[in-house]
Amino acid sequence: MEASNGLGPLYLSIQLAAITTVVLLMLSMPLAWWLANTKSPLKPAIQAIVALPIVLPPTVLGFYLLILLGPYGAVGSWWVEVTGDALTFSFLGLVIASCFYSLPFAVQPLQSAFESLGKQPLEAARTLGASPIDAFVSVAVPLSAPGFLTAIVLSFAHTLGEFGVVLMVGGNIPGKTRVISIAIFDHVESLNYSAAHRLSALLLAFAFIALLAMFLINRRLTRQ
Amino acid sequence: MNHSAQHAGHIRIRYALQRGAFGLDVDAKLAMRGITGIFGPSGAGKTTLLRCIAGLERPQSGVLAVEDSVWQDSDNGIDLPPHKRDIGYVFQEPRLFSHLNVRHNLEYGLKRNKSRPSFEFDQIIDLLGLAGLLDRQPERLSGGEAQRVGIGRALLRSPRFILMDEPVAALDAARKDEVLPFIERLHASLDVPVLYVSHNIDEICLLCDQLLVMDAGESLAHGDLQSVLTQTDLPVLAGDEAGSVIQATSASYDSEYGLSEVAVSAGSLWVPGKYDPAAILRLRLRANDVSLCRERATQSSILNTLSATIERIQQESEYSVLVHLRAGSDRLISRVTRRSAAELNLVPDEKIIMQIKSVSVRHA
Repeated sequence: MEASNGLGPLYLSIQLAAITTVVLLMLSMPLAWWLANTKSPLKPAIQAIVALPIVLPPTVLGFYLLILLGPYGAVGSWWVEVTGDALTFSFLGLVIASCFYSLPFAVQPLQSAFESLGKQPLEAARTLGASPIDAFVSVAVPLSAPGFLTAIVLSFAHTLGEFGVVLMVGGNIPGKTRVISIAIFDHVESLNYSAAHRLSALLLAFAFIALLAMFLINRRLTRQ
Repeated sequence: MNHSAQHAGHIRIRYALQRGAFGLDVDAKLAMRGITGIFGPSGAGKTTLLRCIAGLERPQSGVLAVEDSVWQDSDNGIDLPPHKRDIGYVFQEPRLFSHLNVRHNLEYGLKRNKSRPSFEFDQIIDLLGLAGLLDRQPERLSGGEAQRVGIGRALLRSPRFILMDEPVAALDAARKDEVLPFIERLHASLDVPVLYVSHNIDEICLLCDQLLVMDAGESLAHGDLQSVLTQTDLPVLAGDEAGSVIQATSASYDSEYGLSEVAVSAGSLWVPGKYDPAAILRLRLRANDVSLCRERATQSSILNTLSATIERIQQESEYSVLVHLRAGSDRLISRVTRRSAAELNLVPDEKIIMQIKSVSVRHA
C-alpha cells in the first residue's frame, strides 16, 4: 500500500535501485573481469550487447523484456509454471528489467578499472601464495575501488531514474511497481503540480548528493 | 616421486617453449645453495626462465623438480599453479600493493604461508633495515627502499628459494647501493637459495656463487662461478668485462698507504681499503687488468705480481688473445695483443709472471 504521505514511490524506487545495484555488482564483477582479460573473439560481440541499453530507447528494451518476461514469453511462462505468479507487473520483474537496463553502467567502469590494473599486482599476489580468487578479492578489488564506487553510484542513480522500461514491464501498481518517475508522471497528468514538485525536487536533490559524494570519494581514492 | 635421491639438494630444470621467433631451451641442474647467477644479454630468455619456474609462464614441455618434489612434469600432467610453488619472486619493479602499507605488504605472503615460517618477522625487518618504514604507504618509499620491502615480502613467504629478476636494474647507482649490500647480508645470514637474474657481470661477480649462462633462449653453461666465468669461448663471457673471481683472506693492514695485504692461493696481493683480519674476500680481476711478463720487474708502478702457469691461449680477435692461467688453485685470464704473445713466445705449460694492475674487492 502506498504510504499516506505520498512518498511511497520514492521508497519503492530506492528499494528497487538498491536491490538492482547489489544484483548487478554480483553479475558484473565476473563479466567485467572476463572482458578485461579475455582474448576471445566473442569479446566485441559481448561488449556490444552490454552497451545496447545505452543507445536503445528504454521503450524498445522494455518492449522486448515485456515479451520475454510476459506469461507467454520464454522466461515468463516458465516462471508462471514454477511459481504460479507472473513476472510482468511485479517487483521482481522490475528488478530483472532494471538489471538489463543498468548493466552497462556497472560493467563498463569495472572493466576499465580491471584493465588499468594490469597483470603485475596479481602476479605478485600469486607468487606470494594467493589463489586466483584470493588474489582477486585481496588485490584486484581494493585496487579497483574507484571503479567499484563509480559502478555502484551509476547503477543506483540510473535505476532510480528509469521510466520507460518500468512503464512497459511494471505498469503502475501502487506499492509494487509505482516507482517515483511514474508517480511524477501521474501527478503531472492529473495537474497535481505541487505533488510533482515535491517528488521531483527530492529526486533531484538525491541524485545530486549521490553524484557529489561519488566524485568527492573518488578524488580521495585517486589521491592516495 | 621417482628419482628423489638424484634431485636432493638440486633444482632440476628442463624447459622448451616456443613463442613466435623466441624459443627457450634450458636444461640445467642447479645446486640449492647460495646465490646462483643467471647471466646473459637482454633477450636471452632469463626472465622467461624465472617466470616458467614461478609458474607465471606456461612452457610447451617442461620438467621442474625442486629437491624431492616435482612441480612440473608435462609428460605426467603435473603442473602446480603459481600459488602452490614455494618460491619468493622479486620483480624488477617492486610491485608492492599500493593499497597496503609496508607492514601489510610484508605480511601478505606471511599470512598465506601454511608451513612453519622459516624466519621471524622481526629478523627480516632488522636484516633489511625496514623498521622505520612499516607504517608508510609504498608510494612514499624510495626505489631502493621499495625493492627491499619487495625482498622482505618474498622472504616472509618462507619460500624454498627466491627468484630475483634484475632487482636493481631499474635503480640508479646511489639507489643500487640501498639494495645490493642487503642482498649480500641476506646471503651471509640466511640459508635460502637465490636465483639471481642479471645482465651485469659485475653484479654477478659480486653476489653469486654459481652461474648459469644463457644466450638466445639457451642455457650454455652452468657450475661454480669461478670455473664458468673463465669459459671465455662463450661470446657472452668474452668482451671487455671478461675476467675471473678468486677468493682471498685478509692478512694485514698498512695504515701508511691505506692498503691491505691479502692471501690468495698463489701468494699475496695488496688491495685498497681496510678489512677485518682473516675476513674472507672476493677479488675480481678483469682480463684487461692482468698483463704478462717474463721476469719480475724490479721497478714498476704495478704492486701486485703473481707467478702462474699458462693453461691455454685463446685466439680472441685479429689483434688480441686471452691467456688462461693457473696460479695456485685459482684460474685467471689475461688479455694481451697477439703481437705481445708472439714476442713473449707464450706457450702452454710454461711459467709466467702476472702483473695485476687493479683488483676490485668485496666481502665474500
